[in-house]
Amino acid sequence: MSVDAKPAAAVEKSDLVSVFIDGTEVKVPKGTMAIRAAELIGIAIPRFCDHPLLDPMGACRQCLVEVPDAGNGRGFPKPQASCTLEVAPGMKIDTQLTSPVAAKAQQGMIELLLINHPLDCPICDKGGECPLQNQAMANGPGESRYGGVKRTFPKPVSISSQILLDRERCVLCARCTRFSEQIAGDPFIALVERGALQQVGIYEEHPYDSYFSGNVVQICPVGALTSADYRFQSRPFDLVSTVTTCEHCASGCQLRTDQRHFQVKRRLAGDLPEVNEEWNCDRGRFAFLYGRGDDRITTPLVREDGVLRAASWPEAIDVAVAGLKAAGSAVGVLPGGRLTLENAYGYAKFARTVLGTNNIDHRSRPGSAEELAFLASEVAGGTSVSYADLEAAKKVVLVCFEPEEESPIVFLRLRKAMRKKGLKVVALAPYLTNGNAKLSAELVGVAPGGEAAALASLETDADTVILVGERAATSPGTLAACTGLAKASGAKLAWIPRRAGEVGAIQAGCLPTVLPGGRTLDAGARVDLQAAWGVGSLPEKPGLDADGIIAGLASGSLKAAIVGGVQPTDFADAEAVRSALEGAPFVISLETRVSEVTERADVVFPVVLVESQAGTYVNWEGRRGRVNRVIRDNRVAMTDLRVLAALADAMGRDLGVRQTGQALAELDELGAWTDRPTAKYPAAKAPAKASGLVLASWRQLIDGSASNAGSDALLATAHAPVVRLSPASAAKVEAANGDPVVLSAGGKHVTLPLVIEPTMVDGVAWLPGNYFTGSIGELAVSPGASVTVTRGGVK
Amino acid sequence: MTDTLTPVLTANWGDKAPWKIAEYEKQGGYDALRKALTMTQDEVMNAVKDSGLRGRGGAGFPTGMKWSFVPQSNPNPKYLVVNGDESEPGTCKDIPLMMATPHTLVEGVIIASYAIRAHHAFIYIRGEVLHVHRRMQQAVRDAYAKGYLGKNILGSGYDLDVVVHAGAGAYICGEETALLDSLEGRRGQPRLRPPFPAVAGLYASPTVVNNVESIASVPSIIANGPAWFASMGTEKSKGYGIYSLSGHVTNPGQYEAPLGITLRELIKLAGGMRNGHELKFFTPGGSSTQILTKEHLDLPLDFDSVAAAGSLLGTRALQIFDETTSVVRTTLRWIEFYKHESCGKCTPCREGNWWLVQMLKKFEAGHASEGDLDKMLDVASNIGGRSFCALADGAVACLQSAVKEFRSEFEAGTHTPAWELFPYEKSALFAASERTAVAASHTSLSTSEAGEGAEEDAKVTAPPPLLNARDADEVVVAEAEAAGDIPTQLNEVFEPKTNDEGGRA
Repeated sequence: MSVDAKPAAAVEKSDLVSVFIDGTEVKVPKGTMAIRAAELIGIAIPRFCDHPLLDPMGACRQCLVEVPDAGNGRGFPKPQASCTLEVAPGMKIDTQLTSPVAAKAQQGMIELLLINHPLDCPICDKGGECPLQNQAMANGPGESRYGGVKRTFPKPVSISSQILLDRERCVLCARCTRFSEQIAGDPFIALVERGALQQVGIYEEHPYDSYFSGNVVQICPVGALTSADYRFQSRPFDLVSTVTTCEHCASGCQLRTDQRHFQVKRRLAGDLPEVNEEWNCDRGRFAFLYGRGDDRITTPLVREDGVLRAASWPEAIDVAVAGLKAAGSAVGVLPGGRLTLENAYGYAKFARTVLGTNNIDHRSRPGSAEELAFLASEVAGGTSVSYADLEAAKKVVLVCFEPEEESPIVFLRLRKAMRKKGLKVVALAPYLTNGNAKLSAELVGVAPGGEAAALASLETDADTVILVGERAATSPGTLAACTGLAKASGAKLAWIPRRAGEVGAIQAGCLPTVLPGGRTLDAGARVDLQAAWGVGSLPEKPGLDADGIIAGLASGSLKAAIVGGVQPTDFADAEAVRSALEGAPFVISLETRVSEVTERADVVFPVVLVESQAGTYVNWEGRRGRVNRVIRDNRVAMTDLRVLAALADAMGRDLGVRQTGQALAELDELGAWTDRPTAKYPAAKAPAKASGLVLASWRQLIDGSASNAGSDALLATAHAPVVRLSPASAAKVEAANGDPVVLSAGGKHVTLPLVIEPTMVDGVAWLPGNYFTGSIGELAVSPGASVTVTRGGVK
Repeated sequence: MTDTLTPVLTANWGDKAPWKIAEYEKQGGYDALRKALTMTQDEVMNAVKDSGLRGRGGAGFPTGMKWSFVPQSNPNPKYLVVNGDESEPGTCKDIPLMMATPHTLVEGVIIASYAIRAHHAFIYIRGEVLHVHRRMQQAVRDAYAKGYLGKNILGSGYDLDVVVHAGAGAYICGEETALLDSLEGRRGQPRLRPPFPAVAGLYASPTVVNNVESIASVPSIIANGPAWFASMGTEKSKGYGIYSLSGHVTNPGQYEAPLGITLRELIKLAGGMRNGHELKFFTPGGSSTQILTKEHLDLPLDFDSVAAAGSLLGTRALQIFDETTSVVRTTLRWIEFYKHESCGKCTPCREGNWWLVQMLKKFEAGHASEGDLDKMLDVASNIGGRSFCALADGAVACLQSAVKEFRSEFEAGTHTPAWELFPYEKSALFAASERTAVAASHTSLSTSEAGEGAEEDAKVTAPPPLLNARDADEVVVAEAEAAGDIPTQLNEVFEPKTNDEGGRA
């Protein structure tokens, strides 16, 4: 024990600085800017360039305050910008409330900002929620003395297909350029020209290419930056706002969704400091139009003479029940990874209590037995790593995980930790991606399949966080190696899937070996659940996983399938899924839109869109994000859970829950099963020596996913699909950058332009998981598979 | 006439080809460097401190103290950056100095870098003066060839590399942090301080930014000792400095004198005011300093005396205006300059100067209304002291002081155009018809200033002064400059378009 050790509270206290703002004493941490200190006691100093999450700039000069005493007994002769003024002990700060000098300086600044600002508020998207408008009313002189001609620019300029710029509205606060440079790391917009001609610009014809570009619209303090989707769509005061959670990935962003006339007009990043701070990605912001197409299913459909026709709910339920009764417990359930926790619980309970089977797997993607063991032992019982841990870590190791593409808010947090706290990122990847370069990551180049071996030589300690992605299922031994490394070194380990519903589905029991609350199939856990559910028995045997269900349907050992939001192209072999569904005796589909599954189903039940239902998403941290209903959908009101409850009723069994709130309450009452199984990992088979190139692949954030459909401006910002090769591999193919190359696997092929990656591991070919015209599932390959690449086109 | 001049920096300007390294060495050049290298770095720093040298770039911060702020414990490299972005209206001392005796600066750079333990130094020259840039580059090349630069300078074990860098032509890059941004390859805009350059300057490393004249003064301090330097000037403004007289004096030019000389003495040295005219007002240190009037003819031109008079010594750029000059027109031209040169970073400077130009144009044209003057002053008060850097402070300083001294002239702007009150041709130095003849004589004047005159050319085997054999096109540049300079002094009103921004799409 050391004598000079102080209690934590005492240390914290000594870091507090006492300052006087408008005569009121406030204690703030050392290093606080005056404008932040004023906020703490409810004094709002007007500002434009200042943003708490961006580095201070001091450009707009709107937040000037008078400082009669800088803490040393002497004042500043000139008013000071409170956004760049660090507090000092005893400092006296007089804001516009008490200082005529500060008030005049602020009024003068508003007047100067307005001399060249157009008074087009009545047609400006920002009018009604505009910081310039609001602060001009609150802190401005009221009337302008300017009588000249205002500066004008041709308008608007597209800085990307999604973002438009009206330069004459811009107050040059540089929030957008600082966001792009500091937060997103995409410095593709910058202030150009000088003086009164200064403006935001892009480099010649290179658009503002960023996955986070929508944030600049949100933080723009005027209407200079607008999005193509929302421009002229609504006035802010006509919108009804709902706080909800994003359905696109496992980051778990809070959103503010705005609707008008029962149609969602826009989505903004919510303010959730623990998760997304005040940011979100463009997919979360702009991809909300997928339910508006002609493909929306609004009535139940029943197949008659090989053709789906509209049917009433009772008729469709009767048909479904007849099919299910005929199948008995030889049913496979594929709920998909995009469900809310409550809906997932409905599938999990329906499978066990109504169908009497453990044949349920939400993973509509390549999975493995090793992954199943990992999820059951490490994820199903809850996780303990959070965004705060990422920020506090000294080192983060990325394994089979590409943050910017697969969990963009994790990417932003890692970048923040890298910039502000010196976090070191180590990426086990086939090449140094642009996203990882923006994290200043150290690349440990590995071909897919080699991650386990590479992990063995990594230095980790208790200050390390290992982030492993869902692709680890395709690299034998990787999840076992991650678990082993974390146990041995004390490092934290977190699994980050892509889809928003995966962690919830695991917690709800949508796996063949996992019951709700992370219960195992062991007698103790099973009996506990039996008692809670009030059923006589639950299936004891582990069920079939997704691949097993597909195989069972194909072989005829399974007689029926219940399929949720699943796309065959997402599986390891799309064609196998299609033919299994076609050959299956009976398929029930619960869908929002016409899909390859509904086309092969015998009964289709329409279910409600996320925007029209309440529920919960569980993000990768295990944190629950509340989904609130934004608009009522008068055509389709049934959730998956409600449809399943109706089916259960018709089967003569009571599901016990039919509403979202009931499901959540029941799941919470069950609680998490704390007795975690130790994963018994199957011995990893050495990967077969690839005869050609090893395929590396992951999904890009903006790709041909069904949930991006309809968002044309967003899709135009997608990264064009390419094949990536190392310089040596490209030389062997005799292809240069931009040349068309043919990637072939098992007789199927795709032709895409080549990009030569200097850091790519030799012998690896990279292809996006979904390349708009198809997917790697269409080629029936998964990462780690052997493919060949040849030069395409005419030489 | 009593000789009040103390030519040190300008001593050799009249010699034959003083920019050549051989000439410079003949005059004792690089002896100060040899001496400095026998001293310790701290001895050199203390010598400069003891001399009382204050920054010659305008602010007057003690140079030696600035050097001592460089944290020697910082493991990053230290840099010396010489600010040669001389762009202030009226200021014209660094450019002729680098043109005439570039080696004085090179020698100063080596000594200063040695003192602050820098191994890289940069000379940042404003982009428009291509000929000066070339001359500095040649000087640095010659210094390398002679072993004054590079590895193991004069066998001392001290290494130094010097880079001569041309800016892209922006007044704001004379602001030290904007200069550093520009030097790093960015757009020149001032940085947030702290951190100050001495702590985190160029490439986030400790950096000293000094004016050309400050650094050029260092060799003389080392050679003659701090006491010699401190013996000149006044109590708090020691040493000598170049006073640049321009405008309505008989012989405009650079006059090197101890700090504290008065304008009366300087005008006398310059051959008096333009024939038959009398002083109306002047800027003590360039257009960013408050104007002074004939009341201040006997004001000692040193840092503190000028500050006490409500202005700033600045760069000792004395723009002299006689009674034919419209102060409204003069102020408008200055504000137009600031509007054009505002970097755009902060609101008051960007928008304020844009507005002030519009208001001043009304005053010039006699179209201002009652109340416009108070409005303009109020707007000026919302600009000055509110901006990110000092550029806008300088802009409103000239306007506010002009109104203070000559309010009635602005008031006249509510009814009578300035060109009726002060016919512009009367304040022109040359009548329009003389333009061609003057252009020719201006060129020959330049040559005779630099060399001894045409009669000696026969004896000289070297090319005529200014005609550097290596850079024949310098002459072209000089001629173009001469030709280009003169019309702006005539009655050609430059009308920048106020609403042409749309064309930049």
